[in-house]
Amino acid sequence: MDLFLDGLATAATPTNLFFAALGVLLGTAVGVLPGIGPAMSIALLLPITFSVAPESAIIMFAGIYYGGMYGGSTTSILLNTPGESSSVVTAIEGNKMAKAGRAAQALATAAIGSFVAGTIGTVLLVLLAPNVADLVVKLGSPSYFAILLLALLAVTTVLGSSKLRGFVALFLGLTIGLVGTTTGQARLTFDQPLLADGIDIVVVAVAIFAIGEALWVAAHLRRKPLEIIPVGQPWMSRADWGRSWKPWLRGTAFGFPFGALPAGGAEVPTFLSYITERRLSKHPEEFGKGAIEGVAGPEAANNASAAGTLVPLLAIGLPTTATAAIILVAFQSYGLQPGPQLFTNSGPLVWALLASLFIANTLLLVLNLPMAPLWAKLLQIPRPYLYAGILFFASLGAYSVNFQAFDLALLLAFGLLGLAMRRFAIPVLPLIVGVILGPRLEQNLSEALEISGGDVSTLWGEPVAIVVYVIIALILGALAVGALRKDPETPAPDERPLARAGSNSNGLGE
Amino acid sequence: MTTAQDTPTTTPSARPPLVDKAQYGMAAFLVVVGAYVLLDAISLDDAFADQTVQPYAFPYVVGAVLVLLGFLLAVATARGDRPEAEEGEDIDLGAGTDWRTVGLLAGVFVLNIALIDLLGWAITGALLFAGAAYVLGSRTPVRDLAIGAALSVGTWYGFYSGLGIPIPAGILDGVL
Repeated sequence: MDLFLDGLATAATPTNLFFAALGVLLGTAVGVLPGIGPAMSIALLLPITFSVAPESAIIMFAGIYYGGMYGGSTTSILLNTPGESSSVVTAIEGNKMAKAGRAAQALATAAIGSFVAGTIGTVLLVLLAPNVADLVVKLGSPSYFAILLLALLAVTTVLGSSKLRGFVALFLGLTIGLVGTTTGQARLTFDQPLLADGIDIVVVAVAIFAIGEALWVAAHLRRKPLEIIPVGQPWMSRADWGRSWKPWLRGTAFGFPFGALPAGGAEVPTFLSYITERRLSKHPEEFGKGAIEGVAGPEAANNASAAGTLVPLLAIGLPTTATAAIILVAFQSYGLQPGPQLFTNSGPLVWALLASLFIANTLLLVLNLPMAPLWAKLLQIPRPYLYAGILFFASLGAYSVNFQAFDLALLLAFGLLGLAMRRFAIPVLPLIVGVILGPRLEQNLSEALEISGGDVSTLWGEPVAIVVYVIIALILGALAVGALRKDPETPAPDERPLARAGSNSNGLGE
Repeated sequence: MTTAQDTPTTTPSARPPLVDKAQYGMAAFLVVVGAYVLLDAISLDDAFADQTVQPYAFPYVVGAVLVLLGFLLAVATARGDRPEAEEGEDIDLGAGTDWRTVGLLAGVFVLNIALIDLLGWAITGALLFAGAAYVLGSRTPVRDLAIGAALSVGTWYGFYSGLGIPIPAGILDGVL
């Protein structure tokens, strides 16, 4: 508790309050803006923050993450085209509410639900993360190696309709992670001295997220403007409150555990929350016509999952979503390695971060309720300026790392890869996670074998490692069974509901 | 972040398999990358005495799997597998692919790469913004250039005095 109060004191300094507010505003803005998500905006901001104190930067990034989760709901409700995968489900009922003249109530239940879920989720995070870290710190390299393998496998296979494409993304990421001279010999450097230190993950992330997205949008730019539903000040009646509070709590209960597992973040829990609310509702006839429960539950779920994601990120050093992966890169660029040692080595910073999450959450509510009409105006930004701006800031970010035109060439090359990945539906997350975790996988393997003197049996010499390998075997077994039972390329049954939710949100019928 | 959304054009089943020929290109790309990783791994020497994992161990695995994935993707393509291309607020998948805009946008970007050492960010940044906006459909070049110049000069000074990061000024050295 003392640790937490110290953290609160750090987080409440004027400078850090400023960065928390900045992060929340930026996060909401990028959540609202089409084409930009929290992962891309943190990647774009990484180079700029090198000269800011680590705790300020990390506090800002956490604000962006929470804000982005909230901002995505605005687009879903007012535009019926979800900006983030986490708000696909919100669009189903949210846009129907807006069309029925209840946009203000939909935005209000999203904002207040996000606050409730974010606060509960952060309490759970504060209680859980240090304890998980205490457990993990006792693990040796063999267990860590196994956990890394499991994380890579889970991130690759749990989400997405095509496992093959997940593995394609993962191994492309591992390939990028091989580049450099970490082993003492140049691997995949094309005799290019600028590649000796490896490819900067900032350049890869900015290229795949920002350049790839801008090029993909350029190839399919919507020439006719979207219909935006005007909105006033968000507010809710007594009846709306009565119908919202239970979905908020249930959404939180779905969101947090799924966020904490390497199961792809918010997509599964938001959907589970939606079907639960539809089943439990006293107004089932309103579902499909704009039921407030269908907005309240999923919006709470996606904010709670953002808090849950921070448990494995801080306590084990494992990113489970794209945004978490980029925040991990931010830690590394300050010379900090998220994981069990983080709590002992950089305790004050972690506690400041945890305390700032409560501040960010409160700011989110205080700032966003009155500002909703302003956020809706952001949707009208001319698209040529929006995407020209993304290219501009992406180039600036990549160039400012080393002042090398070569980095810009890399940016374009990986941007084209990002374009191809969007064209061929290859997911981005496994690639980014592969780039980050690939080198750590190799490092943990060498450490484990060094300690054992080259004896391979050390890899299954720890109980935790054995448990993890059993889980890996179960996942692989399930994959094999699924592949044998039917055509390997059709989506597994558990993914179909999500696909249906997606098509609903596009107005393709129930 | 890809989503598991169905797109109206790629509804599975019912129709005879339409082969997405471009996906063979992606498969070939994977095989080429994998083969190069393997080739590079062969050229590596044995590890130093204190290294327990050979430097070529990981590349061998990664390269071999990439080649395998390339072949699997080609087989899947031949069997009628089609990707569910990613959607978004500003994306209209119904209208076909506008490769001309993509090419021009990449061209503007290449110009930025070629000129940045000579002219400096303050100039090429402005050109990048105005050029990209023009390619994407903006038809007010003077205003776009003004916005671009304000952005690029503004960020140059912002990095220089605000963050203490001196971006090379290029041709404007001494002017800025």
